[in-house]
Amino acid sequence: MSKDNQILEDLNSKEYEHGWSVNFETDEAPLGLNEDIIRWISTKKEEPSWLLEWRLKAFKIWQGMTEPTWANVKYQKMDLQALRYYSAPKQSKKPKNINEVDPELIAIYERLGISLHEQKRLQGIAIDVVLDSVSVATTFKETLGKLGIVFCSFSEAVKEHPELIQKYLGSVIPMTDNYYASLNAAVFSDGSFCYIPKGVRCPMELSTYFRINAANTGQFERTLIVADDSSYVSYLEGCTAPQRDENQLHAAVVEIYAGAHAEVKYSTVQNWFPGDKEGKGGIYNFVTKRGICAGDHSKISWTQVETGSAITWKYPSCILKGDYSIGEFYSVAVTNNYQQADTGTKMIHIGKNTKSRIVSKGISAGKSQNSYRGQVQVMKRAHNARNFSQCDSLLMGNQCGAHTFPYIDIANPTAKVEHEATTSKIGEDQIFYCNQRGIATEDAVALIVNGYAKEVLNQLPMEFAVEAQKLLALTLEGSVG
Amino acid sequence: MLSIKNLHASIEGTPILRGINLEVKAGEVHAIMGPNGSGKSTLASVLAGREEYEVTEGEVFFQGKELLSLSPEDRAREGVFLAFQYPIEIPGVSTTNFLRTALNQVREYRGQEPLDAVKFLSLMKEKMALVEIDQKLLSRSLNEGFSGGEKKRNEIFQMAMLNPVLSILDETDSGLDIDALRIVSNGVNKLKSDTTATIVVTHYQRLLDYIIPDFVHVLYKGRIVKSGKKELALELEEKGYDWIKEEVDSTATV
Repeated sequence: MSKDNQILEDLNSKEYEHGWSVNFETDEAPLGLNEDIIRWISTKKEEPSWLLEWRLKAFKIWQGMTEPTWANVKYQKMDLQALRYYSAPKQSKKPKNINEVDPELIAIYERLGISLHEQKRLQGIAIDVVLDSVSVATTFKETLGKLGIVFCSFSEAVKEHPELIQKYLGSVIPMTDNYYASLNAAVFSDGSFCYIPKGVRCPMELSTYFRINAANTGQFERTLIVADDSSYVSYLEGCTAPQRDENQLHAAVVEIYAGAHAEVKYSTVQNWFPGDKEGKGGIYNFVTKRGICAGDHSKISWTQVETGSAITWKYPSCILKGDYSIGEFYSVAVTNNYQQADTGTKMIHIGKNTKSRIVSKGISAGKSQNSYRGQVQVMKRAHNARNFSQCDSLLMGNQCGAHTFPYIDIANPTAKVEHEATTSKIGEDQIFYCNQRGIATEDAVALIVNGYAKEVLNQLPMEFAVEAQKLLALTLEGSVG
Repeated sequence: MLSIKNLHASIEGTPILRGINLEVKAGEVHAIMGPNGSGKSTLASVLAGREEYEVTEGEVFFQGKELLSLSPEDRAREGVFLAFQYPIEIPGVSTTNFLRTALNQVREYRGQEPLDAVKFLSLMKEKMALVEIDQKLLSRSLNEGFSGGEKKRNEIFQMAMLNPVLSILDETDSGLDIDALRIVSNGVNKLKSDTTATIVVTHYQRLLDYIIPDFVHVLYKGRIVKSGKKELALELEEKGYDWIKEEVDSTATV
């Protein structure tokens, strides 16, 4: 068809918006990975010996592991020895508050549309910003402190709240978990930590913005969220990176712990550099995210909008240990040009009357490949477990691919598991219908795609939803003739 | 207003329209009738700018502009509206949201300010009454799970909202029961004015009991083979299309 041919020719002309980098002095580790580098990082961060030992143990385990190959993605293996494992913007001293942060850093975030000063006035979202490997600023700390909420960089938490870190670090994702999680455990440099005490409802959205700036640098941040009994928190994560020809590695770990009656809502809008339209460059996003509903009646909800990265390998999961606990996963993954995404979730039902819900919406355009991979596991004592999965794929053009790999593993006969899947193509009919009402093709695509992803976008906090909608339209700009 | 001259169009190499000539003036209602496969819907689609059809010959002027050189969206913005025979479903997009996007793009093209939410809603309220459409329907996903009647009513509602210069109704009567037919026709009649025109494409005469045409044209094998006043429609109803087919085919073979 004429339209499909046009799709080929007309491939994404839109440049990646966040593709700039800034030159400022950094404090870098030498290239390569070995025990000495890990000691170097640990010393640099003035870490206690227990953490260094933990890292070294993880490194030993990692050395015995091989890179997983089961994901439906193809890429040239990275030379992990050619990477730098620590890069920090040089600051004369650790800033005590936002006013002491290097203005150049502030400028970077202003450019990203995240105004740290603005945040102080807007009242609503507390932000922790992570540039390359380290957290550079956290806003709203005092306000949150009054409620007993801890929200700070991971390194700071190691110093100020070692008992919490020791208790929960690696408790949801052990250092033995997988190749990238083990690597992260060995070399992670910073990230965010958040603790919500018993019975406290966090009054504002907590947010982390990650940005990779330096070249040849792997970013390995670690996020740990602990929601004690009967608490609530909504957490947002956003990511961008400069445009570079080489691939860059991002291997993060996010662990969530929810106590009895606690609820954690984790939302991500991932917009790492996806590579150019020939498929050159882009971030390899190999991330491990998992939450445990440890207490009865607890709830963890993952919402993700994945538009960036050359390769996405990510399965935010829930371990439903507490009785009556609930796990949710809402995902929109968009791939264009040569992007590849293999993403989905795992819902592991251990407790009685546990419930999970999976809504996955894949959108593929260009020559991209988009896979949903999900596992629903119902353990023997998980009586009356319920799962509902909905996996939809939307194709644009005829050179992309959509794949669904659902795994269902049930050991209790009372389980009820439902799986629905659809695959559709953005129809020329739909576009023509919009055109006939006066809507231009680009806007028609945005309208149709946002309609398709609505169920997921509705889960995002308001200001994030608007951003995500624009991002979807932007990512797919030029992908239909 | 609309002037079609010797229009030829084909799909995948097969000619469907073989020389259509038609003049439509402001204030007029033209009915295009004809047996199945005669090219009625093709004509509607070609005027709206559907890409599958290739115009091989002829020209079309709409308010002095060359219609065929405009993109489908620009034709719509110039005031051409097509009520679809099979309205398309767009999951997750409400009629309200869809129309707001459409209306504001049309307004932008015409150099008008976008309507704010309040003005848009009051315009909706006004037009809803015209086609007796329920607000609930408008907040549901566009055409998804709508009954046949609801879809057609929604088309006419969209027409009312966009206020076109030329409305083309493609088999709007198909799949409608008698009540829905009356409601839809009433809507169309109320929207008629001295400055607008309507082309009604239909297989059956019954729609023309409600929407009274000024002219009736019979399309057969891609040409208009007979034109007349509304009485022609009644004659067709009574005698069917066979006599016309015979007339045309016999002259063609002579």
